Amino acid sequence: MSKFKKKKKGLPAISTASLPDIVFMLLFFFMVSTTMRETDLKVKLTLPFATEVKKLERKSLVSYIYVGKVNGQGGDKIQLNDRISDVKNIKYFVFAERETHSEDEVPLLTTSIKADINSNVGTITDIKEELRNVDALKINYSTRKGDVTKNIK
Amino acid sequence: MAKRDVPEINAGSMADIAFLLLIFFLVTTTMNVDTGISRKLPEKQDPNIKPPKLKEKNVFVVTVNRNNEILIEGEKFITVDKLREEAKNFIDNGGGIGNPMKDPRTGEMLPPAECTWCEGAKDPASSDHPNKAVISLESNRGTAYGTYIAVQNELVGAYTDLRNRLAKKLYGESYQQLLKDLGNDPNNKSLKAKVDDIKSKYPQIISEAEPIK
Repeated sequence: MSKFKKKKKGLPAISTASLPDIVFMLLFFFMVSTTMRETDLKVKLTLPFATEVKKLERKSLVSYIYVGKVNGQGGDKIQLNDRISDVKNIKYFVFAERETHSEDEVPLLTTSIKADINSNVGTITDIKEELRNVDALKINYSTRKGDVTKNIK
Repeated sequence: MAKRDVPEINAGSMADIAFLLLIFFLVTTTMNVDTGISRKLPEKQDPNIKPPKLKEKNVFVVTVNRNNEILIEGEKFITVDKLREEAKNFIDNGGGIGNPMKDPRTGEMLPPAECTWCEGAKDPASSDHPNKAVISLESNRGTAYGTYIAVQNELVGAYTDLRNRLAKKLYGESYQQLLKDLGNDPNNKSLKAKVDDIKSKYPQIISEAEPIK
């Protein structure tokens, strides 16, 4: 009998040779499908909902203005690039953005306004007025997809 | 010659290196797709030029006050979910003669005519023609942004609904589908003509007044 008795052995080790392949695959997926984070958010931001949304194509042509509240401070604050800024600086922000693009791309530049759901329309109007002053007319109100009645509490 | 042993490179730490890279990319990149309502701001007007006079029946006034209540035509308070229907009724009324339009095929100017594609009530007290109907949005500086976006969304949505309906009737496809197809094939002339035709039949005229302080 002992002739057929199998030798007692531990479980065979699972080969991890293909682990690098799997991880590389994940890595390539993330490298292709994501974009670099460009700014750190300084303001608190909850975007409003909308249904009639369009996707923003060509991210290199989009510049962002963030509007929201800062912890412990009242009133809406405007963030340009990495800094809390002022409405007056928007024109310099737009000019700086135009500098980095070639002349034929300038009319295609879009400004995306990312404003908190509870900010005031007054602040947004001031921004729009500044943008009109420097002829940056293409804008986009950044929203999430969802039912608009959720915007109103 | 004696066969020499090539020492095998240990690939055991390859996974660690790959993980390190992976985590780096996970932290420094974002995946969010940006979506939003696209609008075009009006150009700065010369203050000496007087704005064109519009008939009161051709203007649909939507006012949002600082308590986030929506008032239409200065007389009726409504909730935001009713706004789309009201706007559609106004745009699609077609009670009179419109502005002269271009013929979509020949490009010639046609004489002013009635709106033949409207399905509205043809009420003489409401708008004459979709290309004369103006929606005026008045907001208050204290209005919450969420409400403002909701109102904008419903007004744009009213136009989209009407355009979809017309495109389905004329071309058997919704306007949004046409736009999507045009995005995939931007050099398609006949598709572009279709989109332009729908656009000119329901032009989006939303004007924003200076907010009340």
